[in-house]
Amino acid sequence: MVTALTVAETVADPELPVLTLADLGVLRDVSTVDGRVRVSITPTYSGCPALAAMRDDLLNALHGAGYDDVEVRTVLQPPWSTDWISAAGRHKLAEAGIAPPGTAPSRNGGPVPLGMPTRSVRCPQCGSADTEEISHFSGTACKALRRCRSCREPFEHMKEI
Amino acid sequence: MSYQDAYSAINDENDSRWAFGTGFEQPVSTVDAPIPSGVDGADLAAYCLMLGEDALILSHRLQEWCTNGPELEDEVAIANIGLDLLGQARLLFGRAGQADGSGRDEDFYAFFRGPDEFRNVALVELPRGDFGELIARLLVFATWRLALFSRLTDSADPVLAAVAAKGVKEVAYHRDYAAGWAIRLGDGTDYSHERMRAGLDSIWPYIPELFVPHEIEARLATADVAVNPETVRAEFDDVLAQVFGAATLALPVRAAAQESGRVGRHTAALPPLLAEMQSVAREHEGAQW
Repeated sequence: MVTALTVAETVADPELPVLTLADLGVLRDVSTVDGRVRVSITPTYSGCPALAAMRDDLLNALHGAGYDDVEVRTVLQPPWSTDWISAAGRHKLAEAGIAPPGTAPSRNGGPVPLGMPTRSVRCPQCGSADTEEISHFSGTACKALRRCRSCREPFEHMKEI
Repeated sequence: MSYQDAYSAINDENDSRWAFGTGFEQPVSTVDAPIPSGVDGADLAAYCLMLGEDALILSHRLQEWCTNGPELEDEVAIANIGLDLLGQARLLFGRAGQADGSGRDEDFYAFFRGPDEFRNVALVELPRGDFGELIARLLVFATWRLALFSRLTDSADPVLAAVAAKGVKEVAYHRDYAAGWAIRLGDGTDYSHERMRAGLDSIWPYIPELFVPHEIEARLATADVAVNPETVRAEFDDVLAQVFGAATLALPVRAAAQESGRVGRHTAALPPLLAEMQSVAREHEGAQW
């Protein structure tokens, strides 16, 4: 029988299906207590509407692999950080045209930035560093919308949190 | 999950990916978190409701911007900010139902209580104005909430501390978004400057309330559960002074409003807001779709 951890690690993220929940760092723990599989996941953002879908997908995958008694728990602490996205996950993001996040700020809520955002993000299409932010927010809360000044392509960037 | 066509996909009644309607499961129901010893459960619940209602009501006002934004990018941004706040409200309402021992769910607190029971600050319930007003309100709210939440991460209540730690990351983005627009509008043309100034003028009377501690906040602050809002005034003033300086905006001088939502003296805008927000849940109680 395949281990519960191995099964859970194959489950894809509902909104970024090129990545697994494990790649994203959303899958926090898989343990077996008295024959019961306990899976812990953490939301990327408080309002993440995909949490219920993640739980159902994990339950379906584990039930399908023969684990009948499964509990999926939500943990909030410590809060999710883009630093938890694995190297493989970053590679898959870039392949999918989404610029992976840089290092998360050490402390959120520092001084208010007063100029235009200057973070350097490489274009996932042509690799140019000459890109600009169009919007802080994109199709999902976890991404920003940017544009490449070299190849003119718009692209999404996973924001550092 | 795959479907033959889009029609069969939207007809899958067991598909929980459609996050509409009522009957959501508690996002924190599976978190083991006892009430800290020596803390009054009713007080903790009331405090969670205050912070949750602030988020829920502003989220509703932000949702009113859908299809009304000045351009697509900002409409998406405003909706995303509203979604973050809605998520914070759900977590806080879930904690309230644990803390008061009732086990009531988030739907009860959002949809089945009247305006007399809400204790959100008046700032969040004001009717939707123009984009300048939105940016003014968002800048003030996010700066205030960021200052509160960054201290609340040390709360003696582990759930409040966790909600705050998560919220700090989100609200920092909200504040930076609003600050960016305040600077562009204030330091833009004469016309954009005037619209930004008018937006600030209209919400300014509702700022003093943000820093008046409710008796429950004061009690819980001495138990290291809550943050006394008086203690964040200096940080709030400092951030606004920086943004106003870069935006070439003068600090408005306005008398404080008579209303105070924290103590139940709401503006006339709250009852119609709740009537609209609660109408479907009340008409079809327990419905799921």
